[in-house]
Amino acid sequence: MSGPSSYVPKLGIAKWLDARLPLPRLMYDSFVAYPVPRNLNYFWTFGGILMLMLVSQILTGVILAMHYTPHATLAFTSVEGIMRDVEYGWLMRYMHANGASMFFIAVYIHIFRGLYYGSYKAPREVLWILGVIIFLLMMATAFMGYVLPWGQMSFWGATVITNLFSAFPIVGETIVTFLWGGYSVDNPTLTRFFSLHFLLPFMIFGVVILHVWALHVTGQNNPTGVEVKAVAKDTIPFTPYATIKDAFALVLFFAFFAYFLFFIPNYLGHADNYIPANPAVTPAHIVPEWYFLPFYAILRAVPDKLGGVLLMFAAIAVLVVLPWLDTSKVRSMSYRPLARQCFWAFAVTCVMLGWLGSRPAEGIYVTLSQLFTALYFAYFLIALPLLGLFETPKKLPGSIAESVLGKMKGGSGAVVGAAAPAEPNTKG
Amino acid sequence: MTLFRTSLAAFAAIMIGAFSAASLSPAHAAGGGTKPPAHDWSFDGPFGTFDRAQLQRGYKVYREVCSACHGMSLMRFRNLSQKGGPEFTEAQVRALAADFKISDGPNEQGEMFERPGRPSDGFPKPFPNEQAARAANGGAYPLDLSVIAKARNYERGFPLFLLDIITQYQEGGPDYVKALLTGYEDPPKGVELLPGQNWNKYMAGNIIGMPNMLNDGQVEYPKGPDGKSPVPETAKQYAADVVAFLMWSAEPHMEQRKSIGRQVFIFLLLFAGLLYFTKKRIWSRLPEHAPGAAH
Repeated sequence: MSGPSSYVPKLGIAKWLDARLPLPRLMYDSFVAYPVPRNLNYFWTFGGILMLMLVSQILTGVILAMHYTPHATLAFTSVEGIMRDVEYGWLMRYMHANGASMFFIAVYIHIFRGLYYGSYKAPREVLWILGVIIFLLMMATAFMGYVLPWGQMSFWGATVITNLFSAFPIVGETIVTFLWGGYSVDNPTLTRFFSLHFLLPFMIFGVVILHVWALHVTGQNNPTGVEVKAVAKDTIPFTPYATIKDAFALVLFFAFFAYFLFFIPNYLGHADNYIPANPAVTPAHIVPEWYFLPFYAILRAVPDKLGGVLLMFAAIAVLVVLPWLDTSKVRSMSYRPLARQCFWAFAVTCVMLGWLGSRPAEGIYVTLSQLFTALYFAYFLIALPLLGLFETPKKLPGSIAESVLGKMKGGSGAVVGAAAPAEPNTKG
Repeated sequence: MTLFRTSLAAFAAIMIGAFSAASLSPAHAAGGGTKPPAHDWSFDGPFGTFDRAQLQRGYKVYREVCSACHGMSLMRFRNLSQKGGPEFTEAQVRALAADFKISDGPNEQGEMFERPGRPSDGFPKPFPNEQAARAANGGAYPLDLSVIAKARNYERGFPLFLLDIITQYQEGGPDYVKALLTGYEDPPKGVELLPGQNWNKYMAGNIIGMPNMLNDGQVEYPKGPDGKSPVPETAKQYAADVVAFLMWSAEPHMEQRKSIGRQVFIFLLLFAGLLYFTKKRIWSRLPEHAPGAAH
């Protein structure tokens, strides 16, 4: 996709810099001239939204870290100090806490968009795997961040999740002691989680750069899943078209964010986390944050601890091999009638797992968790490998331009290939 | 194809089964307490504000009743005059603080001494430590109330929990605490309570250490011009007032948050609207988005 650079420095200083460090050229080629498929829908705006959410989390996080005290006896009070006595501290803290949820809402939409339109398929496997790595890093970061206020859910969430590693034979106990910095979740755990919670977002940032780089090598997928054939016809320049569209979607998303942040800031949290951590009192139900619930349900679906842990990690690991599990040559589910229905069944499965993750692990809930865990893996391990073999896809459009411009010319049934070659007017 | 249809039908059947099975299974409110009734709070919704007079009455109830056992370690007297709270005058706050003897020091001789409270002092602790508190309360530890209104909630269930996003219901904590304060009953027949145990309809598990503390006429409220209190001096009213006070102490900047929120939200919507039309204008340069393009 990234063809020869079309950047022409005009000012003297720009020419001077271009000969030494062509950073403006990189920016120009990546965010101005970069060709974007002309048929992208609004689901493609979430990449930009995620970038801004990461920046927002880092900015609010750095400010919070200035006022926060990572110590078992002071953490809870220092967070409340931020809420009460730091100027606009409540804003920073609610923005950071709700921002984490918004980050996950956006990333889930982004991932499901990729699943639906087959964005993981060749030649975008590395791009996709980098995305899975970002997702994993995000989960680690969010988990450790939730521990920092040192409320009851922080403490017990940390206890449950770190204890998972004890399931591994031989090395398990050693790993857990290493994570804790002792023999139970305590001050050393809090301080190392704080340190790592500060570090990981910058690692995410690094992988995001690789993710964007890989994207700019292969170019974006699009709703038809048909590759760009002629750059002039099938694409439009990033600026102004994608820029303004992304900006609109971003502001709309921030309005959604603001609604939660200002009017229902504790809706996505858990009341128990306003109770200071107490190792002597276990909460009635220990539940993780909403974005971990589907994985939590998978974990608890298996009666065996090690089995549960392995299955939970497998639920994410399966995403890494997804590009090779899906045997269909057709990317977009829009042209795969059977796969599309499976996709929606899979989406419902994930919601059900989320709901089950919030229920106590007893009675009917365990049976249901096992059922939906099976369905979760069936989508990747049975549906996608087999459907590619016997599904008859619908007829694909000849090109992106045809799918967009063809509709204009003829009505239904018209031979789209006959549409006049469109000369996109992209001089602006 | 048929196989596929069958499996889809099976999936649908599983979904229906899942929902009905789950709705038949025993309810999981946090351990068996009755769901509290919703109270009409002045601070609910996007335009909600605290009622100053109510917060001032609530502080009086806290001070005369609750503070005997419950501390509020995050509160300072100066908070009582800050904007968005009870908004006592600074002179009133100085007088309220001066009512308490605060231990300070060490002085230049290295000795601790007592002095009258100042607005910068924290609310005094009822007990020097947890052990003393337990010893005085039959083994129970009276909780700190600073953020209690946010630290309690009850399960809303489906579909209420989704509707709460739109109705902006955030008062699960206050509703629960208010119900709890007035939820004392005689235990059902056959239930023997141990000394120091009380029966409360709303408590998870129904058994609570704290006895009923609010009784009609117990706290004297400031009188209006006609010589009577503008609100009834009843246990119900005391409960509502003290819970409003506790909600403010849990979320002292709520009014500022909602007021900024309204401005930010409207700004973002307007900005999004402008961007939408700009986007349409820019995209109309493309043939498929040109005005008159057939779709």
